[in-house]
Amino acid sequence: MSELRYEAPASLKAAAALLAKEKGLAKILAGGTDVIVQMETDLIEPELLVDIKKIAVLRKITAEKGGFRIGAAVSGMEMMEHAALCKSWPGVLDGVKLIGSIQVKARATVAGNLCNGSPAADSVPPMITAGAVARIVGPKKTREVPVEEIPLSPGKTNLAKGEIIESFFLPKRPKNSGDAYERFTPRTEMDIAVVGVAINLTLDADGVCTAARVCLGAVAPTVIVSKECAAALVGTKVDQAALDKLAAAASAACRPIDDKRGTIEFRTKVAGVLARRVAVKALERARRIA
Amino acid sequence: MSKKHHLAMNVNGDDYEFLCETHQSLLDVLRDELMLTGTKEGCATGDCGACSVTLDGRLACSCLVLAVECEGAKIGTIEGMARGDVLHPLQRNFLELNGLQCGICTPGILIAARSLLERNPDPSETEIRYWLAGNLCRCTGYDKIIRSVQAAAKEMRGA
Repeated sequence: MSELRYEAPASLKAAAALLAKEKGLAKILAGGTDVIVQMETDLIEPELLVDIKKIAVLRKITAEKGGFRIGAAVSGMEMMEHAALCKSWPGVLDGVKLIGSIQVKARATVAGNLCNGSPAADSVPPMITAGAVARIVGPKKTREVPVEEIPLSPGKTNLAKGEIIESFFLPKRPKNSGDAYERFTPRTEMDIAVVGVAINLTLDADGVCTAARVCLGAVAPTVIVSKECAAALVGTKVDQAALDKLAAAASAACRPIDDKRGTIEFRTKVAGVLARRVAVKALERARRIA
Repeated sequence: MSKKHHLAMNVNGDDYEFLCETHQSLLDVLRDELMLTGTKEGCATGDCGACSVTLDGRLACSCLVLAVECEGAKIGTIEGMARGDVLHPLQRNFLELNGLQCGICTPGILIAARSLLERNPDPSETEIRYWLAGNLCRCTGYDKIIRSVQAAAKEMRGA
């Protein structure tokens, strides 16, 4: 076994350079709640860990253009304690609050939840419906990528060697907007989503939905952004007929697997049920958040 | 022979210096290098909470933190909970109300409960149950744990 090395650079450039030049397996260490478990259970045997928590810019949530920029090393608990962020994006926080225990959320990051590449990651669907854009820094260039383009398949992302997510940008909220995320799990806490649904919608002054984004988790190899689900809501007052259409579209969009946590039939049905519930919650929030 | 890291951290108010390897968790170092064996290993994968400590004031699983990440950190463990011979109200109420049986989960639950009461001196039963969701107990069925936390919280509020 080769020796495991640890580096904690003070700049992103230095971190990217370390990752780019490493010949063996190099892993970014932020919260460590996936990476350390994977090491402990012999799923991975990295030769280099690059701790990004000493990079000051990655540890901050800052206001930007009426929205928020969230550093990649910000923990779930830090997001939950940020009053303005919680008020603006309650659906994103619905997802964050479901990531593991208090102990896990004290360390775990949304960037890690995304880069771990699980289709069942709880914070990913609401980040996608929020229109979050990741800023990715590499050895040569920086690129801005919508979150939905990052997962490729279970455990795989479109980040190249040496690239690191620096931060996420959550845009300014239009008036009368609300978002929500719910998942189905056999237990209320400490479990992995069998199905997850996030919805973000905006209403006009008459209560008609003018924009909607719908994302389904754990029902395909990656999270699914469903245009058909969104189309079921836009132009309606999110009434019973719209919710029926939404539920049918959500079930139709599913391409799940059968496993010990849920059958194909169950996941397909629950996606519709959850979509309906989440739409109602997002609608209530849109009416409340003027 | 792999390279060792020379680190310093503060545990329960005492400064420690130690040597460790990269793969050693904070839990490994607390137990095997600093001989603070009150913190227990359960699952070693962050599911059971037996190894709960505070790390710079935040509740964390010490099995999910590498010791090398803790240079200069302030750690709180069960050994720092009692003041000499005087038990913390949480410890005393767990004893009086049978909030433990085998005891393996107890140090982690006490640390987690203290962390809750520092943030919220008057939590509801639901808030206590959610806060302690990351601490598993195979003996008590949890009810006596919840009652013990409620009694300690009441006492600490002077109610």
